[in-house]
Amino acid sequence: MTQLPSYYKFWHKLGHYSLKFGAWSVLFFLILPILVIIPLSFNAEPFFSFTRGMVTLDPDSYSLRWYNNIVTNDNWLLAVKNSFIIGIFSTIIATILGTLAAVGLSSQYMPFKRVIMLIILSPMIVPLIIVAAGMFFFYTKFNLAGSFAGLVIAHSALGIPFVIITITATLSGFDRTLYFAGLSSGASPVRSFVDIVVPIIRPGVISGAMFAFITSFDEVVVVLFLAGPGQRTIPRQMFSGLREQINPTILAVATLLIAISVIFLVTLEVLRQRSNRLRGLEGHN
Amino acid sequence: MSDSSVNKANAVNNDADAMSAQGYALSKKEMGFARREIRRHKLLAFSLVVPLLLFLAFAFIAPIGSMLHQGFYNPVVNDLVPETLSTLKEWDGKAQPNDIVLNAMAKDLKRLALTRDSGKFSAEINRYLPGSSSVIKSSARKLKRAEDADLADNGAQLLLAANDAWSKPKIWRSIQQAGNIYTDRNYLTALDLERNQSGEIIVRESAQVYMKLYTKTLKLALIITLLCLLFGYPLAYYLANAPSKKANLLMILVMLPFWTSLLVRTTAWIALLQTNGVINTLLLSVGIISEPLELLYTEFSTIVAMTHILLPFMILPLYSVMKGVDPSYFRAAMSMGARPIGAFIQVYFPATLPGLSAGALLVFIISVGYYITPALVGGTDGQMISNIIAFHMQQSNNWSLAAALGSLLLVLILALYWTYDKFIGASNIKLG
Amino acid sequence: MNKKIILAASAVSFMMLAPFKGFAADSLNVISFGGAYGAAQKEHMLDPYTKKTGNKILFEDYSGGIAEIKAQVTANNIQWDVVDIEVIDLERACSEGLLEVIPRDILAAGDDGTPAKDDFIESALANECGVGNIVWTIVYAYNEKTVGSNLPATMADFFDTKKIPGKRAMRKRPQVNLEWALIADGVARADVYKVLATDEGLARAFAKLDTIKGDIVWFDSWSQVPQLLNDGGAVLAQSANGRIFDAIKKENKPFKMIWDAHVYDLDVWAVVKGSKKKELAFDFISFATGTKPLSGMPDVAYGPTRKSSMKLVDPKVIPDLPTSHLEKGVKADGIFWADYGETLGEKFNEWLLK
Repeated sequence: MTQLPSYYKFWHKLGHYSLKFGAWSVLFFLILPILVIIPLSFNAEPFFSFTRGMVTLDPDSYSLRWYNNIVTNDNWLLAVKNSFIIGIFSTIIATILGTLAAVGLSSQYMPFKRVIMLIILSPMIVPLIIVAAGMFFFYTKFNLAGSFAGLVIAHSALGIPFVIITITATLSGFDRTLYFAGLSSGASPVRSFVDIVVPIIRPGVISGAMFAFITSFDEVVVVLFLAGPGQRTIPRQMFSGLREQINPTILAVATLLIAISVIFLVTLEVLRQRSNRLRGLEGHN
Repeated sequence: MSDSSVNKANAVNNDADAMSAQGYALSKKEMGFARREIRRHKLLAFSLVVPLLLFLAFAFIAPIGSMLHQGFYNPVVNDLVPETLSTLKEWDGKAQPNDIVLNAMAKDLKRLALTRDSGKFSAEINRYLPGSSSVIKSSARKLKRAEDADLADNGAQLLLAANDAWSKPKIWRSIQQAGNIYTDRNYLTALDLERNQSGEIIVRESAQVYMKLYTKTLKLALIITLLCLLFGYPLAYYLANAPSKKANLLMILVMLPFWTSLLVRTTAWIALLQTNGVINTLLLSVGIISEPLELLYTEFSTIVAMTHILLPFMILPLYSVMKGVDPSYFRAAMSMGARPIGAFIQVYFPATLPGLSAGALLVFIISVGYYITPALVGGTDGQMISNIIAFHMQQSNNWSLAAALGSLLLVLILALYWTYDKFIGASNIKLG
Repeated sequence: MNKKIILAASAVSFMMLAPFKGFAADSLNVISFGGAYGAAQKEHMLDPYTKKTGNKILFEDYSGGIAEIKAQVTANNIQWDVVDIEVIDLERACSEGLLEVIPRDILAAGDDGTPAKDDFIESALANECGVGNIVWTIVYAYNEKTVGSNLPATMADFFDTKKIPGKRAMRKRPQVNLEWALIADGVARADVYKVLATDEGLARAFAKLDTIKGDIVWFDSWSQVPQLLNDGGAVLAQSANGRIFDAIKKENKPFKMIWDAHVYDLDVWAVVKGSKKKELAFDFISFATGTKPLSGMPDVAYGPTRKSSMKLVDPKVIPDLPTSHLEKGVKADGIFWADYGETLGEKFNEWLLK
């Protein structure tokens, strides 16, 4: 590098340190609110704030009572069960329909690609309140409101864009000649699809499915409008808890949800790296 | 659409051309074969997408269509008082209608009171003429006890005796208007407009609520977008220029909030900001403040929580664009004597614009339609347009108005989405 | 591998679904107000009912009002079966066809043999859509620790921010707030609803509310009140008396109730029109309004609606029951609110946005 005048060096350094400071402050802003919840969920008092005893690490100020609350409360248990049921079924539908469509969409022969893409991705963009209101009007005509089927259909639609995005992304680096090489070496189209394309999109399918699951698992607006008492989900339960009676049980649930997100995040990171390796890309893209 | 069919034709020719360019001399027959083959591929590709499109048509598009319809369509009054409405057709619209109309109304009201539908009727009329709900309900309550024979003879007198408001044309005009099955009224209301007595569209005289709320929503969304930019840009820059191992590790800190439930993050802000929350307790114990600050349930808390929630959507596209910008340009510019700031503005910043606009548009689009966070931390000040839609859906049960407000919001969002697609491409949305 | 995952996932979810289905099929959805009151109902009504009959109950909270019931009935999408509803809303809900008529012959005689129609207090069976459950009241309360040196005593004090500075927590709806504003402005308790029915009276009520508008903290659900008082979120708070009683008795909170111009009312059990489990709902109501279950309500200082239950009440609790303070109170007028609820609700929301 060319020698810079000394006053540049000073400004350069200042710039460097203030950038570093700024970046770390933003990182703290991102992560601290989430971390704060975890110790608070072990609070022995029914408050959302640190007690004196917690700060001095007095073991009596910590307790598992709020976790115990979840396990002994029928409504929470039902919500957990419902969240998984709705999440799993909508993930299956979204993944199957999404994978087929993504393969079609990444074909160079796909007609009206741009318009179709725009439609398929729109559930991600249209505000949930509009989706929820519309579904309430429409689904009640088919007796789908207040039913598991209705929620599964709704959540599938919301999860589909994520499946499409992740799979088309894995296919974007895919070297099509591999597929044709398979064809020309005598394999049937189906055979070469299963042998060549499937292994490549598999990480995309799995991460798309995870996105679809978490979308359903976290969704609350549609649930607010469509679900009856029998279909309450975790976020729905949290929503009404936060509106009505603020209670550290919610913090305990939140902590468990954070643990789930960490697991998902790590899995995805592993998948992404593997996908990059498979597609011959290096490191971070 | 015509564009895409041209492209399609080109694609066919290009493929055939490409094949011949590769050194194959194609006969006419072979060209025909190639075209058929391409058509077959197209059909195959399209048929893979069809199930999804059908599913979305039912699960997603039709519901939105039925919302648009709900904004125009309201048969309730027409179904409830058909007789009164048909007698009202002859009315000149000026003075008190004649006894035939009044008799029909009295009869209808008694019937409605007995079938417990008077509330439905009064709620509809009340939307046209605020205050008329109590007139209708108390009249219905009185007429419920009247004998049928008595009603037939002097229903008009009984009605007028029940409430004086029936002698004024106002309420009748409202019933007439509410009797229309299709109406643009809800859309007008959503735009703070109304029709005057001669049917011209004018600016609504009473409260100007919704335009103010739309403006406020856009203002909040803009503030949040700018804050995300302000926070996201330096962090993305720092991450993009950090050694890749460190960047990958720090990226997890960005992705964790992204993957954490929205409600968890909102809960966190409630814990931090409430009167006895973490921030107030901290500030009090350090002695910076002597009384807890009012942080939660304000516009401020809405902005902070939403900035936190949407920040990753800004960082991800910025980061991926910045990774692609070669830092040596920047250095080269400096070594040629440009000041760092000048070099940054002239060289680096323009190169990051694609990521910046992608992130900013996405954050803006998402925040315009946000519901949950303002509902939970916004109090009365921090409410956005989605919250008033939810209010009309769940509290005031004015579904047609909710649908009209929702349709306007949808138009706004689709315009933004179209812009996004035009400049960035919808399929380029970053998920990490 | 994918197929395996999908298969495993479906297997798991079917396993989860299987026990669930049986659970959902015959469970009755009962909706009430949660908090201490909900806990008392669960202990004395729901749990004994499930124990006796084996019928499962899903117990849910709401924050009152008729909007949710109305949405379900209008959309013909009935999710709730039994609802605990305030009489101030009952008349309106019933006259708008949102509730089933409850036949009186389902009601059991008192444990002492008194026939139901003589055992219930009169107002408990006044509306054909409901069966009285409790007598309760809306008071305001303060926290001794945060109120300062001047102690409130009257309704006028609630509106006097000079005498008692600080936030006031109020339920976000016109009911009771408008009544209180008029009383604080000098209207006699007996004339409140007469005055409120006039335009001038209404303007007067809103003008009085305007004087404290900047100091009001709005809440939706009664269960938020103890927390608001405890946290210092509000210095004075409107509350259902039972919530404050519970916080004082069970958690030793330094709260005090002001009985001046309390607005007393009944809560009733009602059945949402079109409920698919109407008969089961009636069966539950018949059980829940029996002598024994009702006698548990004074746990949270709400009066039972049966004379035979009153005999079982611990005499120590009686001074805390609303019925011991009727001479200072106003009876909530359900008919007024049936006629004016819609109109005033709208005016109230407009006023809030101003």
